[in-house]
Amino acid sequence: MQIKPILSALRRHKAGTFLIAMQIALTLAIVCNALFIIHQRIAHLSEPTGIDEPNIFVIKSEWVGHPDSARVDAMIREDLQVLRQVAGVQNVTPSNSYPLRGSGWDDSVKLKPDQLQDSSGATIYFADQNFIDTLGLKLIAGRNFRADEIGHMDMRYRLAPPVVIVTKALVQKLFPGEDAVGKTIYLIGGPGTIVGVVDLLQAQSVERWASDFAYRSVIIPERLNISLGSFYIVRAQPGQLDSAMHAAVKALFAQNPRRVINDDDGVLSFSDVRSRAYESDRGMAILMGVISVVLLAVTAAGIVGLTSFWVGQRRKQIGVRRALGATRRDILRYFMTENLLISSGGALFGVLLAIAMNLWMVTRFEMHRLSLTYLVIGAVMLLLLGQGAVLAPALRASRVPPVEATRSV
Amino acid sequence: MFAYYLQLGLRSLRKNPLLTLLMVLAIGCGVAASMTTYSVFRATSNNPIPDKSSQLFVPQIDNWGPESTQHNKGEPPNAMSYTDAINLMRDKRAKRQTALYPAQMSIVPTDPSMLPFRETSYAWYTDAFAMFDIPMLYGHPWTANEDESHAAVVVIGKELNEKMFNGVNSVGKNINLNGRDYRIVGVADRWNPEPVFYDVTNTNGFDDPIEVFMPFTRAVELQTATNGNNNCSHDPGKGWDSWIRSECVWLGFWAELPTKSEADAYRSYLNGYAAEQQRSGRFRWAPNNRLRNVTEWLEYQKVVPQEAKVSLMVSLGFLLICLVNTVGLLLAKFMRRSSEIGVRRALGAPRKEIYLQFLIEAAAVGLAGGVVGLLLTGLGVMGVSLVFEPDVAKLAKLDLSLVLLTMLVAVLTTVLAAFYPTWRAAQVQPAWQLKSN
Repeated sequence: MQIKPILSALRRHKAGTFLIAMQIALTLAIVCNALFIIHQRIAHLSEPTGIDEPNIFVIKSEWVGHPDSARVDAMIREDLQVLRQVAGVQNVTPSNSYPLRGSGWDDSVKLKPDQLQDSSGATIYFADQNFIDTLGLKLIAGRNFRADEIGHMDMRYRLAPPVVIVTKALVQKLFPGEDAVGKTIYLIGGPGTIVGVVDLLQAQSVERWASDFAYRSVIIPERLNISLGSFYIVRAQPGQLDSAMHAAVKALFAQNPRRVINDDDGVLSFSDVRSRAYESDRGMAILMGVISVVLLAVTAAGIVGLTSFWVGQRRKQIGVRRALGATRRDILRYFMTENLLISSGGALFGVLLAIAMNLWMVTRFEMHRLSLTYLVIGAVMLLLLGQGAVLAPALRASRVPPVEATRSV
Repeated sequence: MFAYYLQLGLRSLRKNPLLTLLMVLAIGCGVAASMTTYSVFRATSNNPIPDKSSQLFVPQIDNWGPESTQHNKGEPPNAMSYTDAINLMRDKRAKRQTALYPAQMSIVPTDPSMLPFRETSYAWYTDAFAMFDIPMLYGHPWTANEDESHAAVVVIGKELNEKMFNGVNSVGKNINLNGRDYRIVGVADRWNPEPVFYDVTNTNGFDDPIEVFMPFTRAVELQTATNGNNNCSHDPGKGWDSWIRSECVWLGFWAELPTKSEADAYRSYLNGYAAEQQRSGRFRWAPNNRLRNVTEWLEYQKVVPQEAKVSLMVSLGFLLICLVNTVGLLLAKFMRRSSEIGVRRALGAPRKEIYLQFLIEAAAVGLAGGVVGLLLTGLGVMGVSLVFEPDVAKLAKLDLSLVLLTMLVAVLTTVLAAFYPTWRAAQVQPAWQLKSN
């Protein structure tokens, strides 16, 4: 196939050529970045929490009035007792937060008391001896808390538990390659000795600001008694989640009606927690997906429209070529090649545009750098789209009869 | 002539239904995508208090020092310690000022069969009502004296008044909060600034309206914990008293400074205050303060969700592509009618008339695109809740201004896109066209 005649023909259609190339370039730039955003968001929302999600639900019970710490502790213990009796409940633990909740207690961890810079950030989970079993965590070293180690503290007490359990991720940061059991870490209020290590437990927040300590959690053997209220994390027997959720709330109100369990977020199954935490990520992925699909459709439509026009304009020339011996296939190939040339030019420019757009978004919106794969995928996709879109008009062109050459109109 | 051209335009659009449909859909999609995301952007970047956004200021005082602030580019903490807030309240250097925090309050109905429930509650000083222009339905805010005397008084919101008192004037009645009685001195009318600028740090800008307003002094006396964030750079020690004496930051603070000179004076007051704290040994660093007005504060706190910005950008790019597409399709459409143009020109029509005819035709396409765009925008606004958090999504609505804007953008951009094809059409040489026939 000779390219030169195509190029000289294109030179006579500068505007149309430019428009198609532009459209391809812009579409490529946007679709590349959109795909990249989709991939990132999906990767983010598929991060594991490390807990037995299908069987877990969470109750947020807020106290009415201003009960003191000792009274709160008594009420929490009564509630735990009640929840344990509920049909379908396998285990229950009180806590101040849970993975994906989005707020809670984060603290800094140091290795020496007089250290100026923190060694790491970490999410603090208050817990009792049932925490590990309730959440379905895997203890990979050391031991669980004993019942006699569980204390209780007020919000305004000093955070300095004698023993703690930490996650593997925190150990890897603080003591790479070492056995962490028996070692001491310093929290804001004082030292704690590591007695156990769990495999995986996500931090309470999955926002960007918390990404530094995403899986670094510290489990504290205390009930946090605050007058505001507390969370009960409940693990239901497999398949009994819904019924256990209803029964649990009913039992709590029967035990003590002076509490608030909010209608909309008082009781949440963990799948609700998950979908709430990742609402905007999922939404963004959907939005970008919809925009990409519509965009590709619009671009394809544009190519079909302009090429049809060209074919209409050149019927006579096509007729002449056919009369001079060009086969249908030659005509078809002519238009396909023409589109390939334009699309390649557009794609080349589009790749540059996509990189520029990504760099701008990196500085403006704290996004990550676009990887090369997306550029390649995007470019190939648009070249294929161009070839697909041009097929129909090109086929129509190939069916122009040679006799067209003799017609004056 | 206008009507005639419009008629010609419509006829030509009918002649090529597929091409016309493509154009209309392209414009409709482009406009709808950008308008939908714009509706979210508009809601989140709204100025919540336009009359006063340059008069209300958030002072920030660095009570943590460079060791802690270096994590945040040297910016002082976003909230204030109790010590600083109380000192600023005592000095009263602004026209009005208030410290504030979200205090968790449960309302205990007198009817024992009803369960207690929770409402959004804030503790602040009486100045806040005038500062934030809160409209009153009944009664008045409490007095400055009642602030001083830690009085057990509250102002409740309209919704709570409906719920508890069936909407009648409840001033003078009592309401039980957290097990204690409070006298209602006022009922606030609906007040729901979007974004909730007064407490961005705890709400990210979007929350339910406040239903219980109570004196700050009273809430602190009762040791009511904050329902918002509390950040400590060091261990505050045990108990409530050491906590409020600590450098933990958990309070919001607003000052009303109507003129620039007052704002400047307040700035130097803050620096003087920090220097004094440095002399007394509490701060071991030079004064590092900020004073931001509402607009600057919302910008600094990044209230507009990143999602809204990114999707607005992407949608504008989308609109641009649809326009490039429209330019191409219009070009094809207009050039196909070269012979018609040739005849018109030969019969004496000046270029100006050709311009007019084709621009009107393009405007008709734009109008049709606008109608499609409007329908899609309606769908899009309904679908916004799939993408954004419910707090944000409920702010996006299809109102008259958005409808007008959609149509305007559709017609304007299409006419803009039509300039080049129209120019090409007007360049058609009549002789050339007539000859080949």
